[in-house]
Amino acid sequence: MSIRVAIAQINPRLGDLPANLALYEAKIRQGIDAGVDLMLFPELSLTGYMLRDMVPDVALTLDSAEIKTLKRLSRALPFVGGLVEESADHRFFNAAVYFEDGEVRHVHRKVYLPTYGMFDEQRYFARGDRIRAFDSKYGRVASLICEDLWHPSTVYLAALDGALAVLCPASSPLRGITDGKPQDDNARYWEMMTRAYAESYSLFIIYANRSGFEDGVGFWGGSEIVDPFGERMAKANYYDEDFIVGEVALESVRRKRTMAPLLRDEDLDLTINELMRIRERPGRPRHKLTAVKNAKVSKLAKLRGPKKN
Amino acid sequence: MIHIPTNTTVLRQILVAFIRNEVEKTGLHRVVVGLSGGVDSSLSAMLAADALGRKNVLGILMPYASSSPDSQNHAEIVVRQSGIESLLVDITPQIDAYFSRFPGAGAQRRGNKMARERMTILYDHSARWNGLVLGTSNKTELLLGYGTLYGDMASALNPLGDLYKTQVWALAEAAGVPPPIVRKEPSADLWAGQTDESELGFSYREVDRLLYLMVDQRHTRPELIAAGFAEGFIDDISLRIMNSQFKRRLPVIAKISQRTIDRDFRYSRDWGK
Repeated sequence: MSIRVAIAQINPRLGDLPANLALYEAKIRQGIDAGVDLMLFPELSLTGYMLRDMVPDVALTLDSAEIKTLKRLSRALPFVGGLVEESADHRFFNAAVYFEDGEVRHVHRKVYLPTYGMFDEQRYFARGDRIRAFDSKYGRVASLICEDLWHPSTVYLAALDGALAVLCPASSPLRGITDGKPQDDNARYWEMMTRAYAESYSLFIIYANRSGFEDGVGFWGGSEIVDPFGERMAKANYYDEDFIVGEVALESVRRKRTMAPLLRDEDLDLTINELMRIRERPGRPRHKLTAVKNAKVSKLAKLRGPKKN
Repeated sequence: MIHIPTNTTVLRQILVAFIRNEVEKTGLHRVVVGLSGGVDSSLSAMLAADALGRKNVLGILMPYASSSPDSQNHAEIVVRQSGIESLLVDITPQIDAYFSRFPGAGAQRRGNKMARERMTILYDHSARWNGLVLGTSNKTELLLGYGTLYGDMASALNPLGDLYKTQVWALAEAAGVPPPIVRKEPSADLWAGQTDESELGFSYREVDRLLYLMVDQRHTRPELIAAGFAEGFIDDISLRIMNSQFKRRLPVIAKISQRTIDRDFRYSRDWGK
């Protein structure tokens, strides 16, 4: 099956929900006119990125009026939106929400919240605690948000969970300059990453970055669709707004996986066993909660024993 | 050889987008910039003309009686070449009127006063002309504290604040700033014969390489010594950066309440924009 995927590389207004909701609506209409099947918006593009103390002011519960509007918009065109999701116990998540046929089909809460250098996400957001692929009407996919991809384990999990494509909303800031390159250093690293993931995990990487500036920090744009062979099916402008459409032929995943069955050969038990051994190594930092959960898993692993060769 | 990367093609693209974006999101379309005839303000003005259109940039020339005639000539060349709007405001009467009351004031006090008078003129025309004040301080000056607080350091937005002086030279050349302006010796032109490098006691090329390794690449003191920098120079520059930190921050506020501005009342400047 081949679907047409659009990426709305937009420049939202910081903290202005009504303005950004209108922008979503306009882009979805543009997508409908262009005959696309699926659309991606960047990370936190319904709210803007550098929210800081505004986080609780723009947070949305899944039963809010704004989410209802977005659900309605998805009847004509399924899409991934980037917003602040508030849970019933009032935690705020940096979330990628997949809307399809008038419903919220999946919510990915950003797991890796960068809190170093120019970033301070963990000061404002709660951390997501799961990575799950899900079934869209077009096939099984996963959503990961920006920094999540800087941890190869997230894409590994998505691939093993059956994702044929990773939908990746981002708000990636430009930084670092190298002579003779057509883009900044962060953009260059990202492009290496999307291509390497697409090829090593034999899936599509659909990367939706934003553009514009917030307090002098520029977002580099350059959204793209990379196929399992590492080929770019569509590429957006650097440093400016754009709207791109690319063909995502899911059968090319089959072709790639036939030619290079890397995922078939992946030894999950070996990985699990080695991870458990590594987890027990002295001096390793451990989260209290995870340690309790993992104690149960360890018991199970002991019962199973090591994999026979 | 320490090389500071300066990709002028990408830099221009980013800085033009920066000016356009940060100006237009405020609802305005214009900027006001003080033109000294030096490379920093010439480059800022030309980038702004690319971003907003030449008729949306107002360059204000603000010479004092003792300013070098070259400075004004160079500023006029930039105005002619870029086609921006311009205005000449001689600051001599207001400076002299003030210092007639304090005749004993030395060169530094006079220089700082001139920088602050120029700032008030820029902000006055900012209001008159509906244009944001465009800054021209570069990263070298900002790190060394080589600027007048609330004087030339004051602006609404600054395209050059993350570029070292040597990067500014390279970008200015690529952006078509007239060569005599790029090549002349940098000077604050606050008194006759003043040059930045003689006042600072080192060259921009030398200090930029040190700052790049120290600040951008986070090299430690032993690593900097191994890279060939003299210990005295490293320590002098470290101290300058530390002692001028106050110039790069808002004034210190005594914390009383639960939410103090910029401490635990944290919003981006582009709030709602």
